[in-house]
Amino acid sequence: MTIAARELRVERWTPASRLGAMLAAAAGVALATFPFWAPSDIMRLVVEFACLLAIAQMWNLLAGYGGLISIGQQAYIGLGGYGLVVLANDAHVNPFFCVPLGGLAAAAFAVPTSRIVFRLAGGYFAVGTWVVAEVYRLVFANIAALGGGSGQSLTALIGIPRDVREAVTYWIAIALMAATTGGVYWLLQSRLGLALTAIRDSETAAESQGVDVARTKFIVYVAAAFGSGCAGALYFLNALRISPDAAFGMSWIPLLFFTVVIGGIGTIEGPIVGTLIYFVMRQFLSDYGSWYLIVLGVVAIVVMIWAPRGIWGLLAARTSWRIFPLAHIVRDPRVDA
Amino acid sequence: MNAMDTVVQGALLGGLYALFAMGLAVIYGVMRQVNIAHGDFIVLGAYSAFVVVAATGLSPFVVAPLTALVFAAFGYALQRTIINRTLGNAILPPLVVTYGLSIIIQNVLLQVFSADARSIQIGALGTASVALGAHLAVGWFPLIVFGTALAVAALLEFVFNRTSLGMAFRAVADDPEIAQVMGLRDGQLFAYATAISLAVVALAGVFMGIKFTFAPADGPNFLIYSFEAVVIGGLGSFWGTFAGAIILGVAQAIGFALNPGWGILAGHLVFLAVLVYRPTGLFARSAQ
Amino acid sequence: MSLLAVHELVAHYGDFQALFGVDVTVAQGECVALIGSNGAGKSTLLRSIAGLIPARAENVVFDGTPIGAETAPAIARRGIALVPEGRRLFASLSVEENLRMGTFSRRPGPWTLARVYDLFPVLRDKRATPALALSGGQQQMAAIGRALMANPRLLMCDEISLGLAPAVAKDVYAALRRVRADGLATIIVEQDIELARTMSDRAYCFTHGRVTLTGRSAELTRPQISAAYFGVK
Repeated sequence: MTIAARELRVERWTPASRLGAMLAAAAGVALATFPFWAPSDIMRLVVEFACLLAIAQMWNLLAGYGGLISIGQQAYIGLGGYGLVVLANDAHVNPFFCVPLGGLAAAAFAVPTSRIVFRLAGGYFAVGTWVVAEVYRLVFANIAALGGGSGQSLTALIGIPRDVREAVTYWIAIALMAATTGGVYWLLQSRLGLALTAIRDSETAAESQGVDVARTKFIVYVAAAFGSGCAGALYFLNALRISPDAAFGMSWIPLLFFTVVIGGIGTIEGPIVGTLIYFVMRQFLSDYGSWYLIVLGVVAIVVMIWAPRGIWGLLAARTSWRIFPLAHIVRDPRVDA
Repeated sequence: MNAMDTVVQGALLGGLYALFAMGLAVIYGVMRQVNIAHGDFIVLGAYSAFVVVAATGLSPFVVAPLTALVFAAFGYALQRTIINRTLGNAILPPLVVTYGLSIIIQNVLLQVFSADARSIQIGALGTASVALGAHLAVGWFPLIVFGTALAVAALLEFVFNRTSLGMAFRAVADDPEIAQVMGLRDGQLFAYATAISLAVVALAGVFMGIKFTFAPADGPNFLIYSFEAVVIGGLGSFWGTFAGAIILGVAQAIGFALNPGWGILAGHLVFLAVLVYRPTGLFARSAQ
Repeated sequence: MSLLAVHELVAHYGDFQALFGVDVTVAQGECVALIGSNGAGKSTLLRSIAGLIPARAENVVFDGTPIGAETAPAIARRGIALVPEGRRLFASLSVEENLRMGTFSRRPGPWTLARVYDLFPVLRDKRATPALALSGGQQQMAAIGRALMANPRLLMCDEISLGLAPAVAKDVYAALRRVRADGLATIIVEQDIELARTMSDRAYCFTHGRVTLTGRSAELTRPQISAAYFGVK
């Protein structure tokens, strides 16, 4: 049977993803109006959620698409945070403008760091990145000018009216959420996304087809550092205070591992689902000490062994939901009719 | 404080780190995987011995081998029931599962024992020392730890290089697929490897609990020290790991002598320097 | 009854289907050659028989027992040994240790270290050297010796002449003839069609994951093989 090529349509968008996009746009508009009516504690929560989601999206880009399992992204969260504090407090740059600058600072450190950690592969890469984060933590703890181990407050915000500060911080958070999620989506549709897919299927095969594997991984590593740095800067803009332990500490790691794995690694929707679960569990179970971490640990193990595509993977397999479609679907009008 | 003393104390600390690191080296040497919960198992070993010593009044030196036996059985069961399900070419599943175990162990210990630091007491032996020359005294207990580490390294070298089990370990690490075609059951071998690893880890944990105070969140640092010692030493030899641990201990001691805030950092920097200038490690076997 | 009967075997690598319902039998004492171009499915068949690619139980019957669903170690213990493509000796093991790896299938029998060394005397001299320090031909001898140490009832040899100088390849096949003298059932995968024909009793020609020609090796003609080889109808 032959089909004339012009009768076929190649589509990316499905009805579900169109609906999803419209809902996301509507939610975005609704979210943007919060500063005009919502109480500040709600807005602070949204900002925190946005930071966590951005960090999760960046880790998903790195681990889920780039195959670089890092346990040390807190290095770039912390560098973004300290970038903000140094630039705003000491160089007197507008603190809000320091959010992207914090990301740039993190990316600048990621370039030389990648040359060291890329010497390790697999599980060794994972622990190696962790050592690097610890090095940054200990170095910053030894810099007396930055407050040493106890850190310092973001004094640059003194003089900015509280409602302005909260509203602008909030809008930056919404923008960051959209930019990281949309950025990953855009990156995956580009030539780099094709290269990543090829590398994920087989590194050797990709190399033989002319994909520059080392360069692709380098770009992903630096891009993830930039995104995590922006998120770190925003996080500490919201928290108003930074210390080496808060910036580079190990408490970031469960966020990276558990949210993305439970939500569904290697999908853009997964980190959103995972961050929601993490956030809700932390809000409701934090009165019971660290039980939420134990529960998350158990769930992550169960998911990894029995449902490695995560909760979103389970949903997507049972429905045809795709909010961020990446596959191309060939439609034959005669069959569809 | 004189320089000689610093180096000797660092080397003795390295003996403890060698015990930490060899358990990790066993797992990597057989499965080519990193057990992220490694440091937490060390801490769990210390708490286990702490509880048994408190309940029975037995000497920690009697409790240590018992803990090692129990941990070996636990490691075998853990590998067979959970970790073997993550086998395959993907690197993420074993990392996530062992990281999950790490977080579970830390937080269960926190719930049961609180964040207060504990320690295991060994009485007068804890402070007894022997004089080596006029200006140098060495504690008996660190010497016992160092001697145990040497014995464990020699034993592991023997098992890996002179026994059928060791031959099977090396073969399955080289080429798991062909090892199976030779009739080897990899799941069972991996369980033996984890049993050996956790037995060493339990010994390391009890000794750590005697030397330091310990708390539930200490594990990750011990994982990092173990990892650094293995990478500094290079793959393929437990003597290499032992030497890597000594270098790490000496580096930390020198850093600490210069400035109390620099001790651990100095160890990390030596690790990074080795990674940059000798990424295969200082004592790697050439066959690897 | 045949020693090995492969029936309607299919095999996949992920989404890629490599075998489409293959039937192959090997009788006691018989040598069967598998020929065909690269990617035709010969190695895939050997890997399936060895248990490295999952199949259904009844797809592979060995000595009357359905073994298709068993694991690779279980199949090895039944007496099926593989000399894999590319030899794949264990890099961190010495030559002798590589040979001793064959004993893990726990099958007593005539093949011992001493007999393997008699077959390949050069290996005795190099017993303590790391396996990968051997020359290509010596490595191939070690890979065959390793399989023999399992005292197999069926020996499967995947391209044992690959990458060897013609004279060395001839030596390796001469040794294989001596091994087969006491009637060991053998499957060989061989690119050199003449070599495959003279070595084997029967041959199967594979094209794109299917058997396109089969018969007694002595009776197959060159044009027949060429036609099957290139899938020309």
